[in-house]
Amino acid sequence: MANENENIKIVKDATCTFCGCVCDDMELHVDLDEKRITKAKNACVLGRAWFAEHTIEDAPAAMIDGKEVTIEEAIEEAAQTLVKAKFPITYGLSDTTSEAQREAVAITDYIKGNIDTTTSVCHGPSGLAFQGVGESTSTLGEVKNRADLVIYWGGNPAESHPRHFGRYAVTPKGMFTPNGKKDRTVVLVDVRKTKSAGVADILIRPKPGKDFEILWALRALVKGNKLSANEGEWFWGVNIEEETGVSLETLTDLAERMKNCRFGVLFFGMGLTMTRGRHFNSGALLALATDLNKYTHFVAKPVRGHGNVTGADNVVAWQTGYPFGVNFSRGYPRFNPGEFTTVDTLSNGDADAALIIASDPGSNFPKKAIDHLKNIPVITLDTKSTVTSKLSHVAFKTATYGINTGGTVYRMDDVSITLRPAFESPFPDDETILKKIKKRVHELTLKKIHPGGASGEAKVAAVNPL
Amino acid sequence: MVDKMMLIPGRSSKQGTSLNQGKLKDEYQKITSTLEMNKDDMAKRDLVDGDKVRMWNEIGETIVSCVGKKPEDLSAGLLFIPYGPPSSQLMASDTAGTGMPLSKHMMVEIEKVK
Amino acid sequence: MSASMRIVNGEVYDPKNNINGEIKEICIENGKIVDSVSDEATIIDAKGMAIMPGGVDIHCHIAGPKVNLARKLMPEARRHDVHPSTPFTRSGSGGTTPSTFAAGYRYATLGYTTAMEAAVSPIGARHVLEEFEDTPIIDKGFYVLLGNNIFLHNLIREKRMEEFEQAVAWWVCATKAYTVKLVNPGGDEPWKGERNSNVSDIDEKTGEAGDLSPRQIIEAFVKTVNKQGYPHPPHIHCNNLGHSGNYKTTLETMKTAGDLRAHIAHIQFHSYGGELGKNPISKAAEIAEYVNNHPNITCDVGQVMFGNSTIMTADAPLAYLLRGHSKGKWVNADTECESGCGILPFAYQEHIYMHTLQWAIGLELFLLSEDPWRIILSTDHPNGGSFMAYPKLIKLLMDEKFRHEEMKRVNQKALLKCSLPELKREYTLNEIAIITRAGPAKALGLETKGHLGVGADADITIYDVMDDKEMMFSTPRYVIKSGNTMIENHEFKTDSKGKVYHITPEYDNKIEETLKPFFESYYSIEFSNYAVDDRYLHDHHEIIKTG
Repeated sequence: MANENENIKIVKDATCTFCGCVCDDMELHVDLDEKRITKAKNACVLGRAWFAEHTIEDAPAAMIDGKEVTIEEAIEEAAQTLVKAKFPITYGLSDTTSEAQREAVAITDYIKGNIDTTTSVCHGPSGLAFQGVGESTSTLGEVKNRADLVIYWGGNPAESHPRHFGRYAVTPKGMFTPNGKKDRTVVLVDVRKTKSAGVADILIRPKPGKDFEILWALRALVKGNKLSANEGEWFWGVNIEEETGVSLETLTDLAERMKNCRFGVLFFGMGLTMTRGRHFNSGALLALATDLNKYTHFVAKPVRGHGNVTGADNVVAWQTGYPFGVNFSRGYPRFNPGEFTTVDTLSNGDADAALIIASDPGSNFPKKAIDHLKNIPVITLDTKSTVTSKLSHVAFKTATYGINTGGTVYRMDDVSITLRPAFESPFPDDETILKKIKKRVHELTLKKIHPGGASGEAKVAAVNPL
Repeated sequence: MVDKMMLIPGRSSKQGTSLNQGKLKDEYQKITSTLEMNKDDMAKRDLVDGDKVRMWNEIGETIVSCVGKKPEDLSAGLLFIPYGPPSSQLMASDTAGTGMPLSKHMMVEIEKVK
Repeated sequence: MSASMRIVNGEVYDPKNNINGEIKEICIENGKIVDSVSDEATIIDAKGMAIMPGGVDIHCHIAGPKVNLARKLMPEARRHDVHPSTPFTRSGSGGTTPSTFAAGYRYATLGYTTAMEAAVSPIGARHVLEEFEDTPIIDKGFYVLLGNNIFLHNLIREKRMEEFEQAVAWWVCATKAYTVKLVNPGGDEPWKGERNSNVSDIDEKTGEAGDLSPRQIIEAFVKTVNKQGYPHPPHIHCNNLGHSGNYKTTLETMKTAGDLRAHIAHIQFHSYGGELGKNPISKAAEIAEYVNNHPNITCDVGQVMFGNSTIMTADAPLAYLLRGHSKGKWVNADTECESGCGILPFAYQEHIYMHTLQWAIGLELFLLSEDPWRIILSTDHPNGGSFMAYPKLIKLLMDEKFRHEEMKRVNQKALLKCSLPELKREYTLNEIAIITRAGPAKALGLETKGHLGVGADADITIYDVMDDKEMMFSTPRYVIKSGNTMIENHEFKTDSKGKVYHITPEYDNKIEETLKPFFESYYSIEFSNYAVDDRYLHDHHEIIKTG
């Protein structure tokens, strides 16, 4: 008891990696004896749970087919499995450091496999829209400093990104918004009235699946065009309000507000990407933001999900040239969403082995994809037991990024932050395991190229993977 | 015969906090098996809070319990459920060349489980 | 560690040491050039070959947030330009914004062993260093964007110059940068805060209070950086890039530096006469004359090469202006309190007046240069074209006949508005070695680069001497980096990571007390999480001395 206080460590300016807000102002109180975080000052409800629940569990660090093995044995088995496969896939990566993500891409390059991240089932369609129309965007601090019109479209940040309002976009006082929320108009567009509705000055509730129509109508109205020759009609014979659930007056008012603000921002969520229209919805919104720059300064930003999903996009993009859905089977990266994205590689039955890092497709993928996952050898790295780790051939239990290990994460606006770990874990981190798998698969793939023979062996020895 | 309804899976803060405890824990399983439904729609089907309903479409089916929402918060014909294994059972795998299954826009039928 | 090596029988081009094509032996040990090596050293017979120091690119955009946005934006630009892996090297993809691995390997395949990323917002420094770690073979560094930094503007405005100096040094250290970069100084505030407007004159007052001109900003940085003795002076992208009549702004910018050192980036884009809004004419002669007569000025050309390019710039208003022509996809990316950014795909076409004139002005600047040490080869990759076009550019400079052949294919009206058709000069191999190696190394203050004297880094390129200079410079037979043979008979033999160069000017920690409150109010990340820590340099970096 006398030593109680000595074993409490305080970590200031630590980073919460639960959601894409990546708030880096946590003050963590760490009980070093118990190896747990007892208090996370400044954290939201999700962050508090994130820090409180990641304790050290008593479980094997590595298992093969549910039986405890040494980490080395598991690495060997993982490497052999991946090298043997004809169409190995790597997936996940949004809840790990960019250092680990870099290793995962390297492994996939060496085994000529397929790499994809949770982006493909999150804002992947926004990534495709980005390739079509580009994006006017900004870091979150610029929103805090300048935005006088803030629109949330198809998202519920109050529950998914609780501090988005308070830290970045609605209430904070910035350089040109000295009165915080009073200097801003907040608009929320969503089919449901969610907990986020509380911050909205204007609430717009369209019919489900009509986002594209509304965004396209707004593009016309912003340019000063009529929607059709007949007042109130979206197109011939179709009343806009009946079609979309939103009146022409509401849309005209919104268009005027958008044109007349000083610095406007459109935040958008998976209400656009996961519904009818997908990348067309995101594309319409990005095009609208671009159009508005003719009149004022306007930016848009997808509200990204997991802690480092933005890092996954960045790392895969800088190493391969493409953000997700990348295949190396020809010895160089190819990009084809719909073919090399994971829901497709699984549900089409292409994949014959899977390396899954910090993700649980077994519990949230479409049924058909999950069914295939059950039939192939799966290697998982996860901090907790999941549906996917339960069905894995090789399962590693790893340390939690930002709690047990350092490294780099990218916030939803591409700003990178270095993590400050709170306490050590007995389990190795993702990067360490992946580095070892990489080294081994590289040796094995070179042996494939130069089987046997002195010169082959010598060449293998001379090559040290970067 | 039966009206089709639109199911919108999404995140909720409870789903998020329970996720941290572990996806195999009871709390997460319970939250991802709780369906939000317009009160009037429930009344029409003779459902009260906590009743079990079978929900199905051409992909699969799942059994969840339902809870009522005020009509002004959740329009008639809409259903909301936090993401999780039950919503996966109903999700089609076609991504229309994008990689993204239609995860928020599923037409389903429901009936009370006796 | 690398073995010792002796390169014999080759023609050596080492302008810094006044060696111009003489047959001379080059000895290498422990990654450096040495006087002699033992008889056991590996021998490379370079008969019929030209030996030069490894190339040094003083201005390119190859890594960091904006480059990565461009990669994500344009899958179509690299689909048909794949970069397969080898047993020794990683795969990648090319186009005008290659993936990190492809960028490193492709520089090496041209015989370049050093490249400087020319524009990184401070908040993007960590990202650029992460990409550098995945950019193999070449040594690199980056210039940090400080010319639109609101905190620094406030200090200039309030005439707190001592604190300004401290803060500049703090920022350079906090980001591990090589020098400071100014891009359209003063232009961001009207862009972000005044409905996408811009500053149009070096003496125009801008900002919320309307009391700060680009000239004041430029002057403050030039004085500070010269006083603190950075190895490379402020790297300046002048106001009014691309606008007709902008050569006056460029001259005024250079005059603002007085006799202090300054580097003018991609000066071709800043050498236009004519009236604003109308077609430009060449003012290459005026610009070249000023540079020729002012040894304190260095510049890189920013040559335009016909074909695909990617516009990527911290000059956001410029990118939006070009988007008005292209009408296609466009990225704008504002960085809080620090910078702006614009990106779009682009193509330079021979039949377009403007593009031909830009091409011609770049060549004029090279051909009118009286001191090749200070007018350095660049395409402002990928803005004027890819670095992969350097061999063709070298041929244009070395081969007058080829130049005239090319001139037949371009817009003839534009050729009437410049002196290119009359210029007879042909660059020599020695001059090429200056504008691609010795000159940029000197301008960067990298004493171990750009030459082959004892003590220099053993970064060496060996070319087969050929009449077709484009072919010659596209296909070096050997590329040696830090004494290791990376490429032998045109094939990769191994892989390596290059160094990161940065500087650490001194400052008084007290400046953090002034900085911190500003960060707490106006940044979205915590002050203590802003500076990049040493881990991002890994174990391969080098600090170049200041002062």
